[in-house]
Amino acid sequence: MASSQKSPATAAGPNVEEAARGSGGPRRLAERWRTLPMLPRHLIAACAAMIAVIALTSITDPGANLRLASIGFYMLAIAGLGILIGFSGQVSLGHGAFMFIGAYSTALFVIHMPMLPLWLNLALAVVISCLAGLIIGVVCARLHGPYLAGATLALAVAMPALANRFSDFLGGPNGLSFVMRGTPPALSDMVSNTQWQAWVVWLTVLIVLVFLANLSHGRLGRQMRAVRDDETAAALSGIRVARVKVTAFVVSAGCGGLAGALQAYLLKTATPSTFAVALSLSLLAVLVLGGLGSLWGALWGAIAMVYVEEWGDSLAHALTLDTNVANNLPHVLYGVLLIALVLTWPSGVQGILRQLGNALRSRGHSGNGTTSVPSTQQGK
Amino acid sequence: MDYFTNLTLNGVAEGAIYAALALSLIIIYQATRVVNFAQPALALIAAYIALTVTTASGSYWLGFAAALVSGLLMGSVTERLLIRPVQKTSQLSAIIITLGLLLLLQGVAGMIWSNEPHSFSYPMDFEGRFSPADIFGVAAVLGTAMLLFALYRWTPLGLRMRAAAAHPEMARMLGVRVGLMLTLGWGIATVVGALAGMLAAPPFVYPNVLDSVFVYGLAAAVIGGLDNPFGSLLGGFILGISLSFVSGYLGPELMPLAALIILILVLSVRPDGLFTRPKARKV
Repeated sequence: MASSQKSPATAAGPNVEEAARGSGGPRRLAERWRTLPMLPRHLIAACAAMIAVIALTSITDPGANLRLASIGFYMLAIAGLGILIGFSGQVSLGHGAFMFIGAYSTALFVIHMPMLPLWLNLALAVVISCLAGLIIGVVCARLHGPYLAGATLALAVAMPALANRFSDFLGGPNGLSFVMRGTPPALSDMVSNTQWQAWVVWLTVLIVLVFLANLSHGRLGRQMRAVRDDETAAALSGIRVARVKVTAFVVSAGCGGLAGALQAYLLKTATPSTFAVALSLSLLAVLVLGGLGSLWGALWGAIAMVYVEEWGDSLAHALTLDTNVANNLPHVLYGVLLIALVLTWPSGVQGILRQLGNALRSRGHSGNGTTSVPSTQQGK
Repeated sequence: MDYFTNLTLNGVAEGAIYAALALSLIIIYQATRVVNFAQPALALIAAYIALTVTTASGSYWLGFAAALVSGLLMGSVTERLLIRPVQKTSQLSAIIITLGLLLLLQGVAGMIWSNEPHSFSYPMDFEGRFSPADIFGVAAVLGTAMLLFALYRWTPLGLRMRAAAAHPEMARMLGVRVGLMLTLGWGIATVVGALAGMLAAPPFVYPNVLDSVFVYGLAAAVIGGLDNPFGSLLGGFILGISLSFVSGYLGPELMPLAALIILILVLSVRPDGLFTRPKARKV
């Protein structure tokens, strides 16, 4: 964590010299990659990821496409939460509430203003959830640790209850269902509906991830980390602590809202039970599982979010367990996984991979390879 | 007027449960600076054990005792095995551990006792306004709070526990077994949590029965201020009575929203809770 505070420019310094000395194609390519400015590097990575998604969806079945798209929007939500917790150090237990806001505003726009194009709809959902984040952030900026946790937990409980209270407007426990256009007619021969949905979700997600990657490497990211590590010192060096904390809240709320909106787009419903407290707690759990402080961690977290439950289900099926045991196996697995990982490897999956990468690299060429590695970890 | 009195008394009875849960959270927070999110799950297991013992033996009070004893054991074991190893690392690790334990224990409860609700008996007659069961609940919580106060304030053991929490190294130098004291703190807290579970579970017990109670308990602890046990008691009763009014006059669906609004209002005026003396934070 500490080493990630280096700005990319200084971290890349030793590499340039090393690249000049070193020989061999792939390595020189890697060095050139590292010395690229931030924005093009992230854009290229995003394009590569988009191509990978398109390639993946062309060989998988519709169910897998939906899961791939789910990984996309969960990754966005988790990355947003990661900005809040990993960078600005505010532990929120109410991230699901912003997904709720995003999903319900999308649903309401589709139902009441069906002429809006999808992109405008998503943008409006982001604006609304950013506003909600601004309000919550301003209220919570003075709170610390457990107080913030308590307030955001209450938020996570209160939001779904809203849907039940105003049931004629928000649909009550059954939620809102609506119809959305799938693949554009011109493409409908070649591209199936789920493929198109997965593409739309991932395109949106990758655009926002590029934004997040730049933000977390840039000035605001450094300010957030300074606030996280020591508020007083940050204030002394001229950082406006409250403003930075609120900004982190707004960014994370926007990501959460967009993730919720994409979920609504994907599932074509918004129900309160989807956004129960369990969602907020799971988001936090998989964030730590994947690894804090890096966008890659969000990817591993999202994969865990989508697949652990499924693996639990199929494991239960394979073992032909009693129904009581089978129904609860995913939860138990999840819990055991979390506890075991925090006890043995608190830096999460990304921490394990980073260490593995370091080990390989330092075996490849002895010396200063290890010191500069973390700067590349957030390159997505 | 009658309705108003009814709601108030209901609120007091509910508030006692929130206060008990808040108290159990605060004891742990003061001992180890961890908010124990596994508290509802630990209380849940205790309630299920009580159910099993009561069904087997036919005596409610035997089950009650079993719940408290199992609470003591589970709390101690949790501290010793899961919290101690991450005590020195970041606060987030402990939060995640307790969240993991929450998922694990709720899942295990569902595995053993199934996700279907079981009927869970009240300790006493529960009908009518401020029934004997309600009186028992309030009395049990207040009695427990007084016992705890006496324990922490006037006994050598309580002094050791406070010393272990406040200045671990100094306490260790003076011969206090700090680890044992922290374990004991968790054990006692979980007993209080089990009591809250026994009071909150009736009429039906199922794996998620204590979730909302836990949220209100945490809200009560936060409203009162995490450094003040009396604050949490008061916070519990304040929250219980206000939520009872909201539920009675505006509809029960608004309870979570009302809890949020109360929490936000209190915290925007006093960010460290109502009854914590404001002090400079250590850097």
